Amino acid sequence: MLDLMKRITEAFGVPGYEDEIRTAIRGEIATLVDDLQVDAMGNLVALRRGAGGGKRVMLAAHMDQIGLMVTHVDKKGFLRFAPLGYLFALASWGTQVRFLDGTVGTIGLDGRVNPRHDLPTLHDLLVDVGATDPTEAGKRVGDVATFWRPFVAQGNAWFSPSMDDRVGCAVLIEVLRRANGEVLPHDLYAVFTTQEEVGTRGATTSAYTIQPDIAVAVDVTLTGDLPHARPAMEVALGRGAAIKIQDGGMISHPGVNQLLISAAEAVDVSYQLEVLQGGSTDAMSIQVSRQGVPTSAVSIPSRHVHTPSQIVDGRDVEAAIALLGSFLRRPMDF
Amino acid sequence: MGDLREILQNLSNEFGPAGRESAVRTRLRKLVEHFADGVEVDALGNLLVHKTGYGSVPRLRVLLAAHMDEVGVMITRVEKNGLLRFHPVGGIEARQLLGKRLIIGDERVPGIIGAKPIHLQSEAEWEKSPDLDGLAIDLGASSDAELSGKVKVGDYGVFATRFSVLSEDPGWPTVIGKAFDDRAGCAVLVALLEGEYPVDLVAAFTVQEEVGLRGARVAAFRSTPDAAIVLEGTVCDDLPQDEDEDGPAVTKLGAGPAVTIMDRGHVAHPGILRLLRECAEAEGIAIQYKTPGIGATDAGSIHLTRDGIPAATVAVPCRYIHSPAAILNLQDLADTVQLVGSALQRLSADHLRRLT
Repeated sequence: MLDLMKRITEAFGVPGYEDEIRTAIRGEIATLVDDLQVDAMGNLVALRRGAGGGKRVMLAAHMDQIGLMVTHVDKKGFLRFAPLGYLFALASWGTQVRFLDGTVGTIGLDGRVNPRHDLPTLHDLLVDVGATDPTEAGKRVGDVATFWRPFVAQGNAWFSPSMDDRVGCAVLIEVLRRANGEVLPHDLYAVFTTQEEVGTRGATTSAYTIQPDIAVAVDVTLTGDLPHARPAMEVALGRGAAIKIQDGGMISHPGVNQLLISAAEAVDVSYQLEVLQGGSTDAMSIQVSRQGVPTSAVSIPSRHVHTPSQIVDGRDVEAAIALLGSFLRRPMDF
Repeated sequence: MGDLREILQNLSNEFGPAGRESAVRTRLRKLVEHFADGVEVDALGNLLVHKTGYGSVPRLRVLLAAHMDEVGVMITRVEKNGLLRFHPVGGIEARQLLGKRLIIGDERVPGIIGAKPIHLQSEAEWEKSPDLDGLAIDLGASSDAELSGKVKVGDYGVFATRFSVLSEDPGWPTVIGKAFDDRAGCAVLVALLEGEYPVDLVAAFTVQEEVGLRGARVAAFRSTPDAAIVLEGTVCDDLPQDEDEDGPAVTKLGAGPAVTIMDRGHVAHPGILRLLRECAEAEGIAIQYKTPGIGATDAGSIHLTRDGIPAATVAVPCRYIHSPAAILNLQDLADTVQLVGSALQRLSADHLRRLT
C-alpha cells in the first residue's frame, strides 16, 4: 500500500493535464478490470462486470491535483501564474513546485508585500526557476506546475501535497485489487476523473456517459481536530472513513448513506459522519446528471488540505477500502 | 478584407442584448443562408447553420460557435418624471455608463445615462465612482405618461455607438464600434461559412452568452459534435503600463488571433491547441496566447455537454470590450478567419484522441 501511495501521489497531474497520473493508474488496474476507456475529457473509466442483475455503481476519485499555470514570463525570467484550483497564497510562498517537464522552481514573493506584516495575494507571488533572463527560464505562457514534495509515511501519518485526491485514487485501485478474482453482484464503474479542482468537470461528463444507478465519490475532507477549529466539525484524523451527510455542493442521498453505514457495521469498520461547511466533490455533479443519481461520498479525513503538506491517517485509508469493499458486496436496494 | 469589414459593420450596428437577439439573428440568417445545407432556430433562439463537408464518410462534425448577444441594460422602473431605472444585462460597470448614449426598446428610442455636470459636483464626488443604483436613463421626456407605448419595464437598451473606420492604413486597419464581443466572432464565422471543408460544420450563432453561456449549452447538446471551436472578441490590455510592472498584457491589438489555454470556464483541449499551433506555423500567421485564468466563453458550457466535447477558443483581440466603443484591428479579424479555416482543413481524429 505504501509503494502504491508513493507511485500515485508523486505522478504529475493538474486540471487538464492528467496524462502522467492517468498512465500510472492505468498501469495499476489494467489487469483488474474488464474494460478501460479514456473519454473526451480525459477521464479514465474502468468497468468491472458483476454477476448480472445488480446495479450500475459508479465510484469516482479525481486524478487532478491543484497547481498553477504560467501567465507571463517577465524580463528577468520570473514567472507569474494563475491558479489551477484553489491555491492559498499564504501556503504557497516558499514552496517548491515541479513543472510537467520536470523543471523545479520556488514560489517567491515580490517586493510589494512585506511578509512580516502583510498577507500576500496570488498576484504578489511568482515562480522562480533560478533563471536570470526569460531564455534561461525556458518556460512559456500556458506551462503548468504543481507543489512538489515526496510522499512520506511516518507511522500511520501519511504526507503528500497531492493527497487531495490521490489518496482517493489509491483507495479505488486497492478496492479493485482486493476484489480481483471474485464475482461481485454489481457492475462497478471505477472512474478516475479529471478537472475536479476547477469545477468537477470530468465527473459531469463521465456520469452522463455511465448513467449509474448509484454513485459514491471518494475524496478527502477537512477535519475539525485542529486547535480552535472554525467552523466546528466532528471529523477527526484516525477515527475512520467519513460518510458524507452534506457539504457545500451536495446533500447525500439518505438511502445510499444507510447502505454505507450498514456496509461499515457489517464488517466492523470504524466510520464517522461528515457535515462539511463549504467545499464539495465530484458527487455534486454526478448527483444532478441527467434525471438525477442517488449519490453520496466516502471521505478520507485530511489535515491541511490544499497546502503543500497534506496529512491523512493510514487507518482511515484502510477503513475506506474496507467500507467500500463491503458496500460493493451487498445488495443495494432502498 | 472589405467584405469582412462590411459584415462586421452591419453586425456591430444591430440591436441584440442577451435574450433579445432577433435582429442580429435575422441579419445573420440572410448572410449565411445561401452557403448552408440547412438552417434552424432552436427553442432558446440559437441560429444553427449546417454545412456538409466534402471529405469521405465518416466525417468529423465540428461545432463553431459565436454568440450573437451583447452586453446591455434592462429597464426596471419608469419614474413619474420620465427617468428610467435599469439593471445591467451582462458585465457592465457603472463607470463605463456615465454620460453614454443608449437605444432603448423595440422602438429604438434614443437616450442618455445622465451624469451630474462637473459644476454641480462636490470635491468628494470627483473622487468617487458612481453606483449603478444611482444612475438613470434620460429620454428627454417630461413624465412617465409621455413614454407610455414607447418604453416599458422589461425593455432592453444597448449602447448607441455606430461603427466607423479609424484607419485605412493597410498595415494597421482599425475600426471602432460596439458589441465586437462577439459580433467579431460572428463575422469570422460568416466568413468561414463561405469556405468548403472536409468536415461537417455546425455553425452556432448562440444566445445569452453574456448572462451565463446559456445558449451554447443547448446548441452543443443538439448538435452532438466531435469537436468545437468557439470564436470570440476578447479583452485586450495594451494600455500604457508602468515599465517596472512588467506584468502580463492579456492580449495585444494587431498581434494576431488570441488562443485560450485556460480561462475560468474551460481548459482548452491539448489536441486542438496543438492543431492551432501547427496551422499558425504552416500558414505563417502570428498568434498570441490570452493570459490564462481570465474570462470565460461558450466553450465553458460546450465542453461539458453530454459525454464531453474537445473544445478550444480563438478570439479577435479588441480594446475596451464591454464598453460603448471597442477598437479592433481588421488584420487580426482576417487572420482569425484564416487560422480557423486552416484548422478545419487539417483537423483529424488523431488531434482529438487523448493520450493514455
